[in-house]
Amino acid sequence: MGRYVVRRLLQMVPVFAGTTFLIFVMVYAVGDPVNAMFGERAPDPATAAQLRAEFNLDKPVWQQYLLYMADIFTGDFGNAFNGQPVTQLMSTAFPVTLRLALIAIVIEIIFGIALGVVTGLRRGRPVDSSVLMMTLIVISVPTFVTGTLVQYVLGVKWGWIAPAVSPAAPVGELLLPGVVLALLSLAYVTRLTRASISENSRADYVRTALAKGLPRSRVTVRHLLRNSLIPVVTFLGTDVGNLMAGALVTERIFNIQGVGFQLWQGIVRQNSPTVVGFVTILVIVFLLANLIVDLLYAVLDPRIRYA
Amino acid sequence: MRGATRLTWAVGCATAVTLAAAGCGGGGGGGAAAGSSAGVVRAFWTDPQNPLEPSNTNEVQGGKVLEMTFRGLKRYNPDTGKAENAVAESVKTDDQQNFDIRLKKGWKFSDGSPVTAKSFVDAWNYGALVTNKQVNSYFFEYIDGYDDVHPEDENAKPKAQKMSGLKVTGKHSFKVKLNQKFSLWPDTLGYAAFSPLPEKFFTDHAAWLKKPIGNGPYKIDSYTQGQSMRLSVNEKYAGPDKPKNKGVELKVYTDQNTGYTDLQAGNLDVFDELPAGQLKNAERDLDGRYINQPAGLLQTLSFPLYKKEWQTEKAKQVRRGLSMAINRDEVARKIYHGTRKPASELTSPVIKKSGGYKPGMCGKTCTYDPKKAKKLIEEAGGLPGGKISITSNVDTGSHRQWMDAVCNSINNVLDKSDACSVNPVPTFGEFRKDIADKKLKSLFRTGWQMDYPLIQNFLQPLYYTGASSNDTGYSDKRVDSLIDQANESGEQEAVKKFQEAEQIVLEDLPAIPLWYQDGNAGYSDRVSDVRLNPFSVPVFTDIRVK
Repeated sequence: MGRYVVRRLLQMVPVFAGTTFLIFVMVYAVGDPVNAMFGERAPDPATAAQLRAEFNLDKPVWQQYLLYMADIFTGDFGNAFNGQPVTQLMSTAFPVTLRLALIAIVIEIIFGIALGVVTGLRRGRPVDSSVLMMTLIVISVPTFVTGTLVQYVLGVKWGWIAPAVSPAAPVGELLLPGVVLALLSLAYVTRLTRASISENSRADYVRTALAKGLPRSRVTVRHLLRNSLIPVVTFLGTDVGNLMAGALVTERIFNIQGVGFQLWQGIVRQNSPTVVGFVTILVIVFLLANLIVDLLYAVLDPRIRYA
Repeated sequence: MRGATRLTWAVGCATAVTLAAAGCGGGGGGGAAAGSSAGVVRAFWTDPQNPLEPSNTNEVQGGKVLEMTFRGLKRYNPDTGKAENAVAESVKTDDQQNFDIRLKKGWKFSDGSPVTAKSFVDAWNYGALVTNKQVNSYFFEYIDGYDDVHPEDENAKPKAQKMSGLKVTGKHSFKVKLNQKFSLWPDTLGYAAFSPLPEKFFTDHAAWLKKPIGNGPYKIDSYTQGQSMRLSVNEKYAGPDKPKNKGVELKVYTDQNTGYTDLQAGNLDVFDELPAGQLKNAERDLDGRYINQPAGLLQTLSFPLYKKEWQTEKAKQVRRGLSMAINRDEVARKIYHGTRKPASELTSPVIKKSGGYKPGMCGKTCTYDPKKAKKLIEEAGGLPGGKISITSNVDTGSHRQWMDAVCNSINNVLDKSDACSVNPVPTFGEFRKDIADKKLKSLFRTGWQMDYPLIQNFLQPLYYTGASSNDTGYSDKRVDSLIDQANESGEQEAVKKFQEAEQIVLEDLPAIPLWYQDGNAGYSDRVSDVRLNPFSVPVFTDIRVK
């Protein structure tokens, strides 16, 4: 187990270097950010040259990349173009998004798995078909529609909530955005659980357990559910990364100043230090989430062993 | 069995998280609305692009803060756009080149230190020095000695730290020598870049940036970058426009649509960046609490006069024909819902007729006339190369939509389906780079946001030979000489000369005037007396909270 983890961690190094380099090159290829800082006028060449020198933009790409990576290893992610250190942006943005992602994951796990088990055990019944219909609707309606609609109805029409989340983003205000963010994955979790439950419910070991005289609830939770959760765990693992990075739409709708918003603003303003810095952290999140998922397999299925 | 216990542990953990979430939820709800106190205006904001130094702020969001926290020698009257004395007692000159400036006594920064001649001179020297990397340093380019502190060449080092044209002559007086005659120069002094700076700016720059100190009607109480800024009334403010409210809270929004929803829900009072998609509903949604005012912004369509095929007499006729082929009125109504007005000259309505705005100066050339347009273009031998394209960035401003409309308009006039095509560029930075490198071979969009409400600002930087924003490469000796003469003569005479120059530019038509852009804003029923100044910044001091 220990050796497996070490091997996996070592494998992350080239992946990390490769992804960050690609992102660096892509951000660089978009064009010269200094031009955009001058608004609708031609930049004054002398000032522009000074600014380029400050952000190392006057050097070739590979050299910029090396300088950037060297700084990262000392914990310095550079400054955004408005002079704010990127680490400072991260320290405000990541906790907010993490809270939002956790809320979404918890909602997915509780409701998604519960609905999946119920529908999986009652295949073809009215409950099953209606839940399936609902997941279909949720999957086909994009987040910005549900988000804006919920926000308008609850925030403006009925006045139950404040449409915009305050900068501190307390958990209470994040509940509704969390639900909106969770909806899509919730539908997938429901469908995945349902498929795998209904498949496993006819397996030999379930029949054996029932034949032994075990109570049905115990068979469902201990035997059936545990074996059916492997594909769901895989999905949830990758979803952690997706929720952290992909909350962009939800964050913009509800005015949540998290990772997605900072990334979006970085892209619009061609603020390469922000974009590369945040994506670098996200890459690490993705890699670790995948590792944890692989380790969880062993917990769920005793047949899987890592050496 | 071992695995089973772990699973139980995992489920237990998830439950714990949910409980914690629900627990926190009880306390945190409703915190957003309770945060602001009575009498404070809550306004829309987005994070300023550059640090909040006066000479480093060139966009509206940073401009909002500077307008509240700083007063320069002059201030542009929010209604008329005329430059009126603020800190200045008088600005005098005999030769349009050497200026004697006297300051009013009794002005103080919000930290209690006095506003003196040195506050101005130091601030201007800071703004001009190339190593300080200030994006507005070109504002000081007319001051003698600017070339020494801000050499034009990219690699040159500054020869001096201070401009030789600035001399402090007393606690409240200083002299300015310009490097050319410029009669309207005193009227440029209302721009924020010319603001005075307190001693603290130079002694503890980092602390100042965290919480800027100025001499304006408001002072900054707290500033959390990327989130919010709270301003309260500056009791030491010596100007006449004392705030009629208790303060302003600027709230950063991640998206304009969210700001709009918050305005409708009553959580926001002043919102000055209405999303384009809501413009047609805004008047109704907000029960008329919506304003639409001219802003000093002109959109034009420029020709690459640095290309041979656009330099000929025939090309000039084609340019006129193209201008007549554009149905400005329809685009302004259908795409922009009246927030753009068809342009008929090269300045803006905000400078008023007394300042040189003369509607209709472009005459028939800027009026939609499909038959005449077709005739002019065909007589001149058709479009150079048989077709044209229009290039612009498409990340903001509904540029894609109007470009399509203008191209359709031109194609219909010429009875061809492929005479005009659209060439979208994804980002503004990329588009500016193409312009700077003179890569564009056909028409491109040029927008001009005025620096100060003067006719000079709409002409000299754009059409003077080799000027800083002369993107078309236009050059005409008559125009250059008229602009020089205007700068040498007194104010009234100057406006006339500039108009003569403008007339020549319009005949040569290096750029087609398209439309004047308006500033717009919506406000809640909690506030009244909301309006915008000529730079589309809300006049916060006048806003009353019910």
